[in-house]
Amino acid sequence: MSEEIIKDVIIGESDDYIINMGPQHPSTHGVLRLEVCLQGETVKYLIPHVGYIHRGIEKMCEASSYPQIIHLTDRMDYLSAHMNNEAVCLCVENAMQVEVPERVKYIRTILDELNRIASHQLWWCAFGMDLGALTTFFYGLRDRELILDIFEESFGSRLLHSFNTPGGLMHDIHPNFQKRVKDFITYFRKKLPEYDQLLTGNVIFQQRAKGVGLMSKEKAIAYGVTGPSGRGSGFSCDLRKHAPYSAYDKVQFNEILYNEGDTFARYKVRMDEMWESMNIIEQLIDNIPDDGFTAKMKPIIKLPAGEYFQRVETARGEFAVYIVSDGNKTPYRIKFRSPNFSNLFVMNELASGGKIADLIAISGSLDLVIPDIDR
Amino acid sequence: MNSVIKYFKDIFYGVSTLWAGMRVTGKYFVSPGQIVTQKYPENRATLKMADRFKGEIIMPHDDNNQHRCTGCGICEMNCPNGSIEVLTNRVPNEDGKVVRVIDKHVYHLSMCTFCGLCVKTCPSDALAFGQKFEHAVFDRHKLTKILNREGSSLKKEVKS
Repeated sequence: MSEEIIKDVIIGESDDYIINMGPQHPSTHGVLRLEVCLQGETVKYLIPHVGYIHRGIEKMCEASSYPQIIHLTDRMDYLSAHMNNEAVCLCVENAMQVEVPERVKYIRTILDELNRIASHQLWWCAFGMDLGALTTFFYGLRDRELILDIFEESFGSRLLHSFNTPGGLMHDIHPNFQKRVKDFITYFRKKLPEYDQLLTGNVIFQQRAKGVGLMSKEKAIAYGVTGPSGRGSGFSCDLRKHAPYSAYDKVQFNEILYNEGDTFARYKVRMDEMWESMNIIEQLIDNIPDDGFTAKMKPIIKLPAGEYFQRVETARGEFAVYIVSDGNKTPYRIKFRSPNFSNLFVMNELASGGKIADLIAISGSLDLVIPDIDR
Repeated sequence: MNSVIKYFKDIFYGVSTLWAGMRVTGKYFVSPGQIVTQKYPENRATLKMADRFKGEIIMPHDDNNQHRCTGCGICEMNCPNGSIEVLTNRVPNEDGKVVRVIDKHVYHLSMCTFCGLCVKTCPSDALAFGQKFEHAVFDRHKLTKILNREGSSLKKEVKS
């Protein structure tokens, strides 16, 4: 009986042609190794191997106090660093039952959306480049640079800005912040149609994206694929809508849903989300209340013993923090649910039976960030 | 017959979509408008970083070579990766009381992640972020810096 089970577990046969894509491959966007079994040019199956950039962040958090954890969460999904920070801060604030000022909530929401736009812009650059369109890379980075300049002026760093802190923000936003964000939105509203002209309508791109990597809604739910990748399959999973945090309950916006479930649908979700993000920012940017940028916190933060959970919507899906506290100033155990880990493992289902060139399109459309998978 | 029409239709559609994209790049090729690239190594003299830019951690000294660091060690305690070491001495002051005086404020730039907790938590505002960002050196020991200057002393108005 045991032999039969082993036969089932081993998928491959001895004469399969197996090739490693990665760990150093430009289109995996990091150190990810995909063991791809090929039959000619067709992918039979693939096995993702993770752990090349494992740093033990969860274990490091057990030795860090709560304000110190924040800068480690930057380094998981570095393209949506602000949302990761916010998840930990919200979790700690909920546990201590601290009410943060309205100003903090508004600023956090604006920064979330700015970060989401910057992340989607970089994804658009890289996705075009994966499919052979180098021009997109320059056009996307040109506009992303403006957001990074706003970040640099207000927080001092461009990518890993540990700007959130339990109870509020590190310091207040720069006086120029509101004006520069408004300037950026008027600029980007003109530039975003260019993205469509360059890539969306392009016949080569459409042929490579449409009908490739079909993911049904059931599959998305079964694998826990969230974020734009899940919404491209019609899985309504936007936490900004379903479990609002910060100031998301004060704004009007639509959840972008596409039912096709192919690579092109996932592309369209992200392109439309950039428009929605700009709508959200425009609703908030003029009405930032003026009641201080931090709540009163004790110098040493100790969570009461218990278990705490908080989830937020990052640019790639649902990011969740689970803290077990035993009443000390460091957590007893901390667990991060990162969106990319779930999004990666659906790839075998999507790519099996397709061509190896489609595998590049699929991995690009899932928008993987490898340090978030390994943590 | 229909397939022939579709064949030529597809060709014209494909060429028209490629043309739409080429029009955008062509527009920028003919009239670039403003140049968005930074001429970085050439513009060193005029390059100014943002006021809050986190380049490195410095300890501001005034004209009399005085700083504000009391050597309390709160920055060392808050640093998540041990990039700050505060070495202090105990010496008697004018009144004869033994007080803590900073000997060396050691800063390991190679370990720093620029989280900003030391600057934020310092009770006497002794630390600040510097604007310098060109830190490349050939020997990594040069990245260990001593922030308080030679012969510097504590400012009078700061209570130790």
